[in-house]
Amino acid sequence: MSYVIKGETGDWEVVIGLEVHCQVISNAKLFSGAATNFGAEPNTQVSLVDAAMPGMLPVINETCVRQAIKTGLGLKAQINNKSVFARKNYFYADLPQGYQISQADQPIVGAGTIILDLPDGSTREIGIERLHLEQDAGKSLHDQDPKRTFIDLNRTGVALMEIVSDPDMRSPEEAGAYLRKLRSIVRYLETCDGNMDQGSMRCDVNVSVRPVGSTELRTRAETKNVNSVRFAMQAIEYEAARQVEIYDNGGEVVQETRLFDSQKGETRSMRSKEHAHDYRYFPDPDLLPLMFSDELVAEIKATLPELPDERKDRYINVFGLSPYDAGVLVAEKDTAMYFEAVAEGRDAKMAANWVINNLFAVLSDKGVSITESPISAVNLGKLLGLISDDTISTKIAKDVFEIMIETGGDPEKIVEEKGLKQITDTGAIETAVDAAIAAGTAQVAQYKGGNEKILGWFVGQVMKSTQGKANPGQVNKLLKEKLDD
Amino acid sequence: MTKLTELNIASARDGLNKGEFSATELAEAYIQAVEAGRDLNAYITETPDVALERARESDDRRAKGAHIGAMDGIPIAVKDLFCTEGVLTTAGSHILDGFVPPYESTVSANLRSAGAVMLGKANMDEFAMGSSNITSYYGPVKNPWKAASGSDAGKDLVPGGSSGGSAAAVAGGLAMAATGTDTGGSIRQPASFCGIVGIKPTYGRCSRWGVVAFASSLDQAGPMTQTVQDAAIMLGAMSGYDPKDSTSANIAVPDFEAAITGDVKGLTIGIPKEYKMDGMDPQIQALWDKGIEWLKAAGCTIKDVSLPHTKYALAAYYIVAPAEASANLARYDGVRYGLRVPGDSLDDMYMNTRGEGFGDEVQRRILIGTYALSSGYYDAYYIKAQKVRTLIANDFKAAFEDVDAILTPTAPSAAFALGEKQEDPLAMYLNDVFTVPTSLAGLPGISVPAGLSADGLPLGLQLIGKAFDEATLLNVASSLEAAAAFNFKLAKGASS
Repeated sequence: MSYVIKGETGDWEVVIGLEVHCQVISNAKLFSGAATNFGAEPNTQVSLVDAAMPGMLPVINETCVRQAIKTGLGLKAQINNKSVFARKNYFYADLPQGYQISQADQPIVGAGTIILDLPDGSTREIGIERLHLEQDAGKSLHDQDPKRTFIDLNRTGVALMEIVSDPDMRSPEEAGAYLRKLRSIVRYLETCDGNMDQGSMRCDVNVSVRPVGSTELRTRAETKNVNSVRFAMQAIEYEAARQVEIYDNGGEVVQETRLFDSQKGETRSMRSKEHAHDYRYFPDPDLLPLMFSDELVAEIKATLPELPDERKDRYINVFGLSPYDAGVLVAEKDTAMYFEAVAEGRDAKMAANWVINNLFAVLSDKGVSITESPISAVNLGKLLGLISDDTISTKIAKDVFEIMIETGGDPEKIVEEKGLKQITDTGAIETAVDAAIAAGTAQVAQYKGGNEKILGWFVGQVMKSTQGKANPGQVNKLLKEKLDD
Repeated sequence: MTKLTELNIASARDGLNKGEFSATELAEAYIQAVEAGRDLNAYITETPDVALERARESDDRRAKGAHIGAMDGIPIAVKDLFCTEGVLTTAGSHILDGFVPPYESTVSANLRSAGAVMLGKANMDEFAMGSSNITSYYGPVKNPWKAASGSDAGKDLVPGGSSGGSAAAVAGGLAMAATGTDTGGSIRQPASFCGIVGIKPTYGRCSRWGVVAFASSLDQAGPMTQTVQDAAIMLGAMSGYDPKDSTSANIAVPDFEAAITGDVKGLTIGIPKEYKMDGMDPQIQALWDKGIEWLKAAGCTIKDVSLPHTKYALAAYYIVAPAEASANLARYDGVRYGLRVPGDSLDDMYMNTRGEGFGDEVQRRILIGTYALSSGYYDAYYIKAQKVRTLIANDFKAAFEDVDAILTPTAPSAAFALGEKQEDPLAMYLNDVFTVPTSLAGLPGISVPAGLSADGLPLGLQLIGKAFDEATLLNVASSLEAAAAFNFKLAKGASS
C-alpha cells in the first residue's frame, strides 16, 4: 500500500521518522524522590532537586533504569551496560536547572525493531535507532492570567524514555500503526501507560519527501509534541503535501521545528532563526556513568510478559485465528485479556468472531474501552457456551446479547427468565412442522414442483410458531424428511 | 590563662573537657572577636544567636555526660557556599539576594552533629570564582597579615581565594577554624596567603550536597585550620559517604588524627621537576628546598618525579571548570529564588537578572564555558581538555607508584596588595598553577605554612597525596609543620 503524492513535477513519497517520549511508570522521578501522580494540584510534587535549589544533586532512580531496560528488551534492542547522562542546556521558565538531564551519544538502549501490523494483515519491520532516559520539563501555564505565566513543576524531573525510530515509515498509516504498536508494547510491559491524551506519551514527527524511486534523504521538518495518533497522521499528510508543493515551486524545505494546530489540521513554523538552539550537550558531572551487569539484564528479561508479537503468533498457531484477527485482538493488552477470558475452554474462533464482530461494534457505539464494556468477558463466555451446547440458537444468542448490552446481565439467567431455551424436543418440533405443512398446501406444491427455496418459508413458519426457539438444524432436517416423503 | 581566641581545636577541646571554660564562654569570646574584626570583612553574615544556642547545647551535652562530638563546642566559620538552614546563603553573589535555604548542606550538618558552633558565613569570591576574594559582591576581604617591607608594606593585602573569608577569619582569630571549598586551589592558596593549614581532600571524600556548585567534577569541601592536627580532627568530622551525592565515595573514613604519628621515616617524597618554572620567585624556590631538607632530616627519601603534562593543566582547568559552571549557574534565572530584575519578556528578565546579579568574573567564566561547549568548538576545547585531564591523572598515577607524597610550593607568590592583578584575569589565574593539577586529578592536597617571605608574609608548601590517602598526607604535613615551626600568631598581632 504505497502512499504516493502526486505533485506537478512528478510522484513523491514521504519519509517518516518518529521520536516518541514515553513517561516511565514509576512512583518517583528520575533523579528525585518526588511523586509522579498525574493531575495533582500544581507544585505539590516538587522536591528541592526538581526546583533546582542551590547545591541540590540528582540521584538516579533504579526503578526508572529497570523500566528502560525492560522497554529496550521489549523492542528487541541492544542494551548498553554503560551509558552516560548529559546536560542539554537551554533556558526556559519551566526548566529550573537551565538544563535537562538526558543522554546524548551514549544511550541506555541502542538499535531495535518494531513490527507493524498493517490493515491488510501484512507486517513491516521498522528500525529503532535508540532509547534514552531523560527528565521531563515542567509546565508553563499561559492562560491563567492576562500578563503573567504561571509555572507548575509537578512534571519537572519525571522520567521519560525517548524512543527514536529510523526513518523507515512511508505513509501516515504506517506511522499510525507504529505509534499504536509502540503503545501496545509499552502497555504490555507496564513501563508507560501510553495515554497520549494525558501527555504520558508524546510524539515528535520528522517528515521529508523525495521523488518516488529515489533513495536520498532530503531536509526534514520536525513537528513537535503531537498528542494523538490521528493528529500525527494528519500532521504527516499536511507536511508531506506542504513540502511537495515547495519543491514543485522550485523552493527548498528548511530544517526547522514546527507545531501542529489540531484545530486547523496544519503545521506551522515554531521557532525563528535567532532562537536556533545550541544545546551544548556535555556529560553531567553530578552523575557517574550508568553501569549495570548482564545479570541485571537477564533478571529483567526473565520477568518479561508475553508481548503482542508472540501473543499474535500463539493466536494464529494455537487458536487457528487468521493473522488479521489475531493482530486485532493482541493490539491492546486489555482486548487480548478479554478475548482469552471469553475463549477459555471454548471455541477460540467463535470467541474471536463475537469479540471482533459483535462486541467491538457495541464498544465503538458507546464510545467506551474494553475495560468499560457493558458485557463482561465471563458473561460473553457463558453466552458462547449456551450456543455451543445447543441451549440457544445463534439467532437467539444475538437477542440475548442485545439484552446483555442494556442490562449487563448473566446470559444463563436471561435465557432462563425469558424462556428462550431452544426446543430440541423432536416431538414438539414435529408438531410445529406438521402444522406448517398442513397450512401451506400451495407451498408444498411449489416445493414438489422443484422450488427448493420455498423451504425457507416453512422454516419461517415453524420459527414463528415456536418464537424462534426451535433448533434450526432439527427443523430443516424434519421438514426435508416430511416434504420429500 | 591563654586568651580563648588563641586556642586551636585540639587545645580548646582539652580545655572544654577539663572544664576550664565553657563552650558558651568560647563562643562569646569569638563573637566579640568577630565584631572587633569587622574591618577584615571576613564574614558576610554573622550568626551570634546561632553560635550561642549551639554553644549552650554543647555545654548541656557535657553537663549531662551525653555523647561529645569531635568538634563539640568549637566555634567555626562556614564558607558562604554551604547552604545553611534558616541562615542567608549568598555564595558571595548578588544573584542570591535574600536566599535562605530550607536545608543544611551535608558537610555543615556533619559538623553540626559533631558539635561545632557556627559563628557566621564567611566571605568568598563570587561563586568561588577567584583567587583573591575581590570578586565578592559583599566586598573584598583583607588579609590579617601586613607586609613589613617592600612595595606592599603597610598596604591592605588580599587573603587569597576563593575561601578568602575563611582563611582571614582563622588567621585573624575570628574563628577557631573554618570550612572552605576548593575547585582549583580555593582552600590551599588562601591558606598559604594567610599562614594557615588548608586541606582539599580527595574528590568524593566530602559530600557536595547542599554546597552551591561551581564546577561539579572538581569542587571539594575541606577544613581550614591553624594546625595540621586541627585539620585532621575537622576533616574527620566533615567527611563521609552521602547517598545524596552520586559522586560521594563509599569508603570508610579513617581516624585522621590518630594517623598523625610524627614518624615519617622511610616514606618517599616526590619532587616534580615540572613545577620548577621559569621565572619562579627565588624565595619560593628557597622555601621549597628548605621543605625538602626538613623532610629529608625527618627520615624521608627524596625522589625526583616527572609530571610531564603539568604545563597543560591550567589551560585544561580553565576550560573544564567554566564549562561546568556555565551549566551549574543556569539555575540562577530570577524565576524561583534570589534576585529578579523584571523585564518586558522572559528573555529580558533573564538578561536583566543575570546581567545585574552576576559580577564580571562570573560572567566571564560563564561566557568562556558556554563558548567551550558550543557546537563546533566542543571537540577542540572541552573534549581536548578532558583528554588532558586524563593524562594529568595518569602522570600522578605513575609518579605515585614510586612515592608516598609529592612536595611542591602552594602558590607562586605571597599575598599581594588589594587592587593588584585585578585588571588582568590571566595573571590572576596563574595563582592556581601549582594547585590546579591536583584538582584535575581529584587527589588530596594540603597547604602547610612553612615560612615567611623577605617582606614578612606567610608562604605555604603543598603536599599532594594518593587518592583517599589523606592519612599519610596529614602525617607528612605534620612533620613539615613541626620542622617549619611557623609562628602563626603573627597574623593576629598584625590585625590588631
